[in-house]
Amino acid sequence: MDNTAGTRNGDFAIETRGLNLWYGDFQALFDVDLGVKRGMITSMIGPSGCGKTTLLRTCNRIIERLGYVRTTGNVYVLGHDIFGDDVELVQVRKQIGMVFQRPNPLPISIRDNVLFGFKLHEARLRKVSAAEEDEVLESSLRQVLLWDTVKDRLDKPATGLSLEEQQKLCIARLLPVKPQVLLMDEPCSALDPAGTEAVEELIWKLRGEYTILIVTHNMAQARRASEECVFMLLGKIIEHGRTEELFLSPEHSETADYIEGRFG
Amino acid sequence: MFTATPLNRRSYRNQSLAKAVFFLMTVVLVIPVLLIVGTLVVKGAPAISWEFLFTAPTDNMTAGGIFPALVGTIWLVVVALLASVPVGVAAALYLSEYAPDNLLTRTINLAIINLAGVPSIVHALFGFGAFVLFFRMGQSILAASLTLAVMTLPVVIVATRESLQAVPQAFREACWNMGATRWQTIRKVVLPNSISGILTGVILEVSRTAGETAPIMFTGATAFVAFLPEGVLDQTMAMSYHLYYIATQATNVPEELTFGVALVLIAIVLMMNAVSIGFRVYLRGLKKW
Repeated sequence: MDNTAGTRNGDFAIETRGLNLWYGDFQALFDVDLGVKRGMITSMIGPSGCGKTTLLRTCNRIIERLGYVRTTGNVYVLGHDIFGDDVELVQVRKQIGMVFQRPNPLPISIRDNVLFGFKLHEARLRKVSAAEEDEVLESSLRQVLLWDTVKDRLDKPATGLSLEEQQKLCIARLLPVKPQVLLMDEPCSALDPAGTEAVEELIWKLRGEYTILIVTHNMAQARRASEECVFMLLGKIIEHGRTEELFLSPEHSETADYIEGRFG
Repeated sequence: MFTATPLNRRSYRNQSLAKAVFFLMTVVLVIPVLLIVGTLVVKGAPAISWEFLFTAPTDNMTAGGIFPALVGTIWLVVVALLASVPVGVAAALYLSEYAPDNLLTRTINLAIINLAGVPSIVHALFGFGAFVLFFRMGQSILAASLTLAVMTLPVVIVATRESLQAVPQAFREACWNMGATRWQTIRKVVLPNSISGILTGVILEVSRTAGETAPIMFTGATAFVAFLPEGVLDQTMAMSYHLYYIATQATNVPEELTFGVALVLIAIVLMMNAVSIGFRVYLRGLKKW
């Protein structure tokens, strides 16, 4: 996609302007202005129900699947308004990969999982050789540090992997369609500490190449594995800054109270 | 300290009593099945032979075999399946994968439940009015099969929808978020993972279709034809109707002949059910989640 064609600031991979969102009569987001910088890992923290998952899910419009959602304001991804009239959701989803709380590999082989999106998009436009498929498969799995573990059982069902491996696989299968943004909704909350560490390490490795927006309940994780941090409360962004600054010297008293654990 | 108190003993007695009552009810459920099958086997088995299965009835139904009825039942079931499976599966796919939760969808669901509750004799009269008279199909395999299809449609829809909804939502989300359309999701993930349930539903439908009498009575079944049906516009004999006829209408039919027909009919149905169960067990073993 041509990144300069949009009207918005090219530094931001995701930018929201005056975003309000209602679930029926309940307003979940209030005038959210957020700029997520390109190639960075931005984490969103805040107590349950503060709207961070809602905001995340608005960025690729999967929130609309709940029929009673209404939004005002704008969301620009890579400079383009994703609520525009000529926007094709399939294209939005291609550019913006999503990783869920619970790993959700498809009940097919590891190979087919990784190549699923690739076959859906690329292989329908042109003839793809088996060699190219293997190449895509290997490079995706290498990127998520999974190749050495699974290279001998690529045709085994993906559901036989450990949760940590499944989550890595779920990230790997986004890569062949070359997304620029990865949204992650508490990607480690179903994993044990070792798995969490491994997936965090992977996320950290992917920065620069992808813009990553990650929702987390775990403040230690936000601190370890993000460069910028957004603190949300009751549907509003309270503070947004470099992670170490936000944790060391928060500007707002609510932020300080939350990161010190005075409320949760 | 750890010995039973009177209260413990009373609780235990009540719990044993409850268990005994529930067990008794389960036995009550099984007894009729055993009696029916037992009676049929004892009284009907002497009539069964290759000749019985593969020759036509003779001497005003008092002798001979059941071949035309057997073939007729197969015709009826196959044509009914051809009509009801595509419609039923497509409808279930729409209702499960596409339909928004609104008044129309809820009305359709209600209609399906009601369709399942319509007595078969009412379906028979509907089939007679609609297919035989209005669409001028006459009394034929086509009219009878379509009547059976309408009657079994709710079974196909409900069984299909249940197996579609047994596919975890997370699979669909995974597909949608990789940019798959609903149809791509259905074709690549939902259908492959629900096909076992759908096929089970279809086989159960077959067993039900094979045993029905009322819907085919006015629409295409006949007491006796000397030849096998050659096309869907012929009338035909059928196992269920043949049983009804020799048991109540024909005179001087030997008892073992009647029981023989019933035995073959129930064997077909039970075999279908067994195939269906075996199939489900096999396919469940293949499931990967």
